[in-house]
Amino acid sequence: MTEVPQPPHKRRAHTSTRDLERYAGLFAERTTVMRSSAMRDLMAVTARPEVISLAGGLPDTSTFPPERLAAQMSKIAAESAAAALQYGPTEGFDETKDCIVEVMAAEGMLPDPDDIVITTGGQQAIDLVTKTLVDPGDVVICEAPTYPGAVPVFCSYQADVRQIEMDGDGMRIDLLEELLDELKAEGRRPKFIYTVPSFQNPGGVTLSLERRARLVELARLHEILVVEDSPYGLLRYSGEALPPLYQLDGGDFVIYLGTFSKILSPGIRLGWVVAPPPVLEKVVLGKGATDLCTSTLTQFFVRQYFSEGGWKSYVEDLVDLYRGRRDTMLEALAEHFPAEATWTEPEGGLFIWATLPEYIDTGDLLAKALRNDVAFVPGQAAYVDERGKNSMRLNFSGVNDAEIREGIKRIGRVIGEQVDLFESLSPQGPPGMPGREAEDMPADAGREAADVPVDRDNVVPLRKEANG
Amino acid sequence: MKVVVLKGGRSLERGVSLRSGARVEDALERLGHEVVPIDVGADLVKRLRAEKPEVAFVAMHGVGGEDGTAQELLEILGIPFTGPAAAACARSIDKVMAKATMRGAGIPTPEFFAFTQTAFRDLGAADALTDLEGTLGFPIVVKPSRGGSSLGVKFAASPAEVPGALVAAFSYDDRVMLERFVQGREVAVSVLGGEALPIVEAIPAEGDPYDFEARYEIGRTHFVCPADLSPTERSAITDAALATCRALGCEGFARVDLILGTDGPWVLEVNAIPGLTDTSLLPQSAEAAGMSFEDLVTRILDLALSPSAA
Repeated sequence: MTEVPQPPHKRRAHTSTRDLERYAGLFAERTTVMRSSAMRDLMAVTARPEVISLAGGLPDTSTFPPERLAAQMSKIAAESAAAALQYGPTEGFDETKDCIVEVMAAEGMLPDPDDIVITTGGQQAIDLVTKTLVDPGDVVICEAPTYPGAVPVFCSYQADVRQIEMDGDGMRIDLLEELLDELKAEGRRPKFIYTVPSFQNPGGVTLSLERRARLVELARLHEILVVEDSPYGLLRYSGEALPPLYQLDGGDFVIYLGTFSKILSPGIRLGWVVAPPPVLEKVVLGKGATDLCTSTLTQFFVRQYFSEGGWKSYVEDLVDLYRGRRDTMLEALAEHFPAEATWTEPEGGLFIWATLPEYIDTGDLLAKALRNDVAFVPGQAAYVDERGKNSMRLNFSGVNDAEIREGIKRIGRVIGEQVDLFESLSPQGPPGMPGREAEDMPADAGREAADVPVDRDNVVPLRKEANG
Repeated sequence: MKVVVLKGGRSLERGVSLRSGARVEDALERLGHEVVPIDVGADLVKRLRAEKPEVAFVAMHGVGGEDGTAQELLEILGIPFTGPAAAACARSIDKVMAKATMRGAGIPTPEFFAFTQTAFRDLGAADALTDLEGTLGFPIVVKPSRGGSSLGVKFAASPAEVPGALVAAFSYDDRVMLERFVQGREVAVSVLGGEALPIVEAIPAEGDPYDFEARYEIGRTHFVCPADLSPTERSAITDAALATCRALGCEGFARVDLILGTDGPWVLEVNAIPGLTDTSLLPQSAEAAGMSFEDLVTRILDLALSPSAA
């Protein structure tokens, strides 16, 4: 007779090494892109309560009135409990799509609701679009640095990721053109160009109008898609609003990704894709395979929230709050970061990108920072190659002004120690470091300088000289 | 028996420690013990006084847990604990001190030089770099003196890479060492109660032999236990490992990492509290010796309660 296994203990029995190797033999090739465990362990320490974390990408949800949430949820329970607890259409509810149209209209876009599919957050939007378009080995083009959360998505679909450098005006479209020509000559057609044109994550820079127009033109010319990821479009703190790529193109070659995460709540996990109908049809099929439909309960919540009006005034409150925090961080950076460092000055969004001298590895710097109870995201997470090791992403939306000041002060101190140490390691006395040039730059050059690629050959020749 | 499991804490190896601790807790429960997990923090002494455990299982790694700090407190409170005594932990976690002890005991360990940050800042130690680079030859391995796993360990292939490697290593500790690189097979000997368990060999699956991060990742490194070694090699490695544990005073258990070069074994370092996760080497060695994880945990507890059992 077959023996029925006993109910399991609350934790799984010990997995032996042989078991693990057996599982490892079953893993798909795409899982091999996982990051090093040492770095994952370092990130585990950032969650300690005493650590000031500038590492997250968290909006400040503490400003949302709890009584408002309670009232809305009660109303849903009283009026639509059965429907809100039921499955919904894969592409999402029409009434929720109307809210999306309202959000996009606030940025000057007028999408057809039938072109929209509601997704489980913006992250799923990236995943579904990549799943729809990319076969292993296909070229995907994105910015350097790119959104760190997009890297594992592209890698898991085994895309051949090409990253284009940015400057203060966003992606270098001239370099993009060169790459497109190069690929054409090789007979390869990239599937899409992924970009966060406004207040880029992690770079903090915004694609200029001129470059936006050219990018859209290139997409048409080469018949490739542009995936415009715009989580922060409405979070502008200074400067002139620029038209989204979707608006410039009219939605033929631009797929637009949006989210309620940064204007309402990331916890409700609601994002969306706007795509031309043939692409959308495949995205919807892919979504059905992944999770059948997006949470109906939170779609009801958004409908309820928008029906009461006032969503824009909440966004305005957030804009005021984050503008103050951005300014605080910029002031703190100027005060506490050494002259060798440069950083971007974002006109919106959640992040500032700082670049340090080439000899500082921000992965190691994070260990030192954690000893001082402060955390950031090491820049390498935003690249598929070895670039970015001397840069870091700093978040200013999820922490208050006092924590921003203290956090930047501590990071500045550990960088300063590394700079001093490196200088003392040169037997030839104080070196002429490339970063020193920053002192001679015009006042607003920090922004530009931060995204100029650093030429490895120009950096750290100190020991070579010392040894003749 | 009431057992507290100390884990986590502020160490950079917090993640590994939490995994080690969870596995130990599970095994202890299976064995029928009363288990109290403690994520080590400012209330440690208070909690230990309140819980009054019969024994503490120390599953902490890295600075703050493996360096004798927690062990010192346990000694003061009179609570028996697993693994080496406070003094042995303090000697082992500090690679510079451990290697000096090995040298004194005639145990082969690669040649090295140690520096504090002060030496560079205030004493111009940089001027001595060229000389020692000549002595050690390239590549040079640069390591933080304290700290576990591969954190902050860098290879400098040329003089130009030394300053960057030093800056990186100083991120983890105020003292670093430059060590001669020994080419060879990577082996680890787990020692339990004065006896060596079967030797594990770590064979990198592919790619850069200098990629320390790949070392302990399943799929990127292949582990063979017992390692395929001649009887002569095996006894030379085992003798060196046991001599190292004796010299450092590591009772209970420890793991010794060595390189088997063409000229015999070289001891790199000792882990006073080796990892006990699913991918850790001590459990692998125990398994090869026919011990289940529960057997291993029981033996470690016995050693803590009556050190003479060794």
